[in-house]
Amino acid sequence: MAKIINEPKSFSVNPLKSSQPLGAALAFLGVAGAMPLFHGSQGCTSFALVLLVRHFKETIPLQTTAMDEVSTVLGGADHLEAAIVNLKTRTNPSLIGVCTTALVETRGEDFAGDLATIRRKQADLLGDTKVVLASTPDFSGAIEAGWSKAVTGMIETVTAEPRRNDPQRIAILPGWHLTVADIELIRETVESFGLVPTILPDVSGALDGTVPGRWIPTSYGGCPVADIETLGECSHAIAIGEQMRKPAEALKAKAGVPYTLLRSLTGLRAADEFVMALAGISGEPVPARLRRRRSQLCDALLDGHFHFGGKTIAIAAEPDHLYMLSSFFADLGAETTVAITTAGDSDILEHVPAATVEVGDLGRLEDLSVGADLLVTHAHGRQAAERLGIPLWRVGFPIFDRLGSQHRKSVGYEGTRDLIFEVANIFQAARIEPTPMSLNPFRNREHPHDSRSSSEPRRH
Amino acid sequence: MSLAAKIQDVFNEPGCDKNLGKDAKAKKKGCSKPLTPGAAAGGCAFDGAKIVLQPITDVAHLIHAPLACEGNSWDNRGAGSSGSDLWRRSFTTDLTELDIVMGRGEKKLFKAIREIKERHNPPAIFVYSTCVTALIGDDIDAVCRRAAEKFGQPEVPVDAPGIVGSKNLGNKLAGEALLDHVIGTHEPDDVGPTDINILGEFNLAGEFWMVKPLFDTLGIRVRACIPGDARYIDVASAHRAKATMMVCSTALINLARKMEERWGIPYFEGSFYGVSDTSEALRSIARLLVQRGADAGLIDRTEALIRQEEAIAWEKIRAFRPRLEGKRVLLNTGGVKSWSVVAALMEVGIEIVGTSVKKSTVEDKERVKAILKDENHMFESLAPRDLYKMLSEHKADIMLSGGRTQFIALKAKMPWLDINQERHHPYAGYDGMVELIRQIDIALSNPVFAQVRLAAPWDEEGTLLVDTGSSVTADSAPGATPHPVPPPRGGRGPERHDRGQDAPPPQGGRAMGDEFGSAASLCPSTWSTLSPSPPVGGGRRPGEGSTERKALTRHALAVPASPRARAKTFANAALNDTDDC
Ligand code: SF4
Repeated sequence: MAKIINEPKSFSVNPLKSSQPLGAALAFLGVAGAMPLFHGSQGCTSFALVLLVRHFKETIPLQTTAMDEVSTVLGGADHLEAAIVNLKTRTNPSLIGVCTTALVETRGEDFAGDLATIRRKQADLLGDTKVVLASTPDFSGAIEAGWSKAVTGMIETVTAEPRRNDPQRIAILPGWHLTVADIELIRETVESFGLVPTILPDVSGALDGTVPGRWIPTSYGGCPVADIETLGECSHAIAIGEQMRKPAEALKAKAGVPYTLLRSLTGLRAADEFVMALAGISGEPVPARLRRRRSQLCDALLDGHFHFGGKTIAIAAEPDHLYMLSSFFADLGAETTVAITTAGDSDILEHVPAATVEVGDLGRLEDLSVGADLLVTHAHGRQAAERLGIPLWRVGFPIFDRLGSQHRKSVGYEGTRDLIFEVANIFQAARIEPTPMSLNPFRNREHPHDSRSSSEPRRH
Repeated sequence: MSLAAKIQDVFNEPGCDKNLGKDAKAKKKGCSKPLTPGAAAGGCAFDGAKIVLQPITDVAHLIHAPLACEGNSWDNRGAGSSGSDLWRRSFTTDLTELDIVMGRGEKKLFKAIREIKERHNPPAIFVYSTCVTALIGDDIDAVCRRAAEKFGQPEVPVDAPGIVGSKNLGNKLAGEALLDHVIGTHEPDDVGPTDINILGEFNLAGEFWMVKPLFDTLGIRVRACIPGDARYIDVASAHRAKATMMVCSTALINLARKMEERWGIPYFEGSFYGVSDTSEALRSIARLLVQRGADAGLIDRTEALIRQEEAIAWEKIRAFRPRLEGKRVLLNTGGVKSWSVVAALMEVGIEIVGTSVKKSTVEDKERVKAILKDENHMFESLAPRDLYKMLSEHKADIMLSGGRTQFIALKAKMPWLDINQERHHPYAGYDGMVELIRQIDIALSNPVFAQVRLAAPWDEEGTLLVDTGSSVTADSAPGATPHPVPPPRGGRGPERHDRGQDAPPPQGGRAMGDEFGSAASLCPSTWSTLSPSPPVGGGRRPGEGSTERKALTRHALAVPASPRARAKTFANAALNDTDDC
């Protein structure tokens, strides 16, 4: 059980976090025809937008209420209303996802109340367009929290009382750290049991990089609003990641849909649990294709373990993602010696297979990772990797200096198999041939049992 | 001065041409237009301030804010550093809810300064205020003063919270911070007669390194390039330079003017984008330095260097002409840089089929009209939807713009080249312009566009089309590319072009290079030459070579009498645009 270290610091060096409203915006982007709207000053939106575009290499719909000095002092309800009206008139989105930023939250207003008024006042104009609130000040949480709040908000605001129960239909509530390819794989897997999944949010149709053949100003693809409305008709929900407990609870409270929470879908046992859940819900046998994939994973574990065994890994990631990654390494015999995360309040953290989990930043990762075999974090880890001379495995968000991160599978038998190969190849590429110096028994005598604390590359 | 007073002061900038045209009331309102909620774009003042200061490489930049301001934006620009990498590290007080509620912001900031000083001991720490810290009333000036006293190290408050306005305003507030706290705080012991400052050069993709050797050759010392690859000590000594060149025109105009006011350093506005612009910049610097006491021989040496470098550059650029002639470009940026490249584009026979004049004045628009074939191709502003339509209907062959519109072009299956700040290629100086033309060629001739425009060989239901044989060829597919397949050879550097069998350099280069040197082409009265007129000088002669294509005829009308004049004009036309800054 990991010890969680969360000491207040006077500043961050090379932040690990992306902001909470950005996480909420991402979740709204997984709804067909949606438009996320930051309630705050224009700059926050501009930064988030640029970062999202750099990661996805896509145009990202994201708007701002454009708060200025005057409206900040007087209150932002007018700007919020004007923004919603403008968005509706100009782009006619299916859903407007309001994400509050630190600025308006610092002043503190009754956003839910304001929105209720706006919905009432503009009912004719808004028509079918839903307006959902996620309270996501930048001064707490990060992507994970923002994502979770947005999904919870959508269920609470949009999902209706169920009129029937559809035994074939299940709800999948994936955490933010799953990729487009993961979502596609999950959908196929669920369907192979004869079940009909409603995935919320579904980034697979929205952020998967296609060329639609016409200009679409909102998100395209994604979970249809109509499906969110009828989400209560699902016979069961599978939440992936501790972050999705709240949305799953909301669905249970609203429509009585029971849920299964899977901490991760990565790794043989985790994938088995997922398949068992689906087989249990559907009453169907496990399809031959999946059985074959499982067998492939077993083989990959066997081939891969040579490269993982005894390695030390330094990971910086959001809580659920950290759990998923460190478990993956633990399953292959590698040890997570440094585990850094963004927030200390997730229940998953104590399950992370590491001695300690520290709330911190990439500056801290750099300080602690001297001598590790692999750094695992998003693209901003490149500075630490350069300075430490340790390879970096880019995961999560943002990844702006490598292509294709959305199409990388990381869940199920197939995803785990691919990850093993990907990481084993990094290890092989980074292998340093022994030299007389590196094997000299008299070197580093001051650390007789462990030469890893020196910054010299380890012998492989 | 309070922040509010400072902002008014900046809005009153007399060095800004645009401002001079305004009445008192309009001035008071400032440069930023009110934003429409739900339909706004662009960065905040903090963004603008950080852009201007962050490339100072050896200082620590500390952002006093909750996470978003810095967490979503750090290490995101490609300025080059030849020394310290401290500027790329991100420092932010990352305020939590508790910090805000308990009013612990200033204390945290002070501690952060101390820890950064202890760990990195930079020559200075720049401290930035942001919306939330301004709203809760944290006094970064006071904290910086206290910290500076205590730690004996300059701490520079940069008071430009996002909420006060646009990126443009932030640029200027950053200049004010340098004036108030940095420039003039160090006396260099090696003042020389040829010391200059360059303001507003960001060294993106390291491009200033393509220009600096020109100065070195002439014996001109760049005392401070602000901010690109700058060291704190150089900025602090910038008041001892003899002349200033201001590159990104509006970003730091207030800084240039006030440096002239305070320390008598004359400045001029110039650009390193464009062959003739680069020459003109060198020339102006030489002139100013000689006026201020440098050896008069500098002017001749400068002219000699210009002659030599221009001849090489134009020759290299012209070598692309057979491949690029008649291609149509859409310039979708109001930035200075786009106008500075117009001359080079025209030199290779590229036609400008459209441009955005969103931020231009009426006068500017007249100038733009003169260069475009059809004034309908001038856009106030293009909504993404319209831009997409225009591109997908193949009204242009390539779009040059900033990253914001990149995916509009790509989704329309249209080649695109970044000419704004996120770009990865250096475009400054003589070699830079050759590189730009080369990159346009590379983008235009890439075979992927022909492929992605092929219709899928099935119908909407996924049924294979019966006559698959013909329907999948490029020629019959809707929107098939008009581009030639790239010639079957390896790397296509400009050098290869020089020797390329299929791309002989056009004639007449020498004459053109010389013509640019003449003073006449610098005179504003060359406006008249902007109307369509037959090419002179190095422009291609009608009927020369394989020029019977329609596009070329169109082009011939658009060839400038003097690319220099046009580039200059348009550099002026776009002065008030800061997209690039
Ligand atoms: S608008 Fe304000 S809160 Fe947002 S990024 Fe700019 S300074 Fe920060």
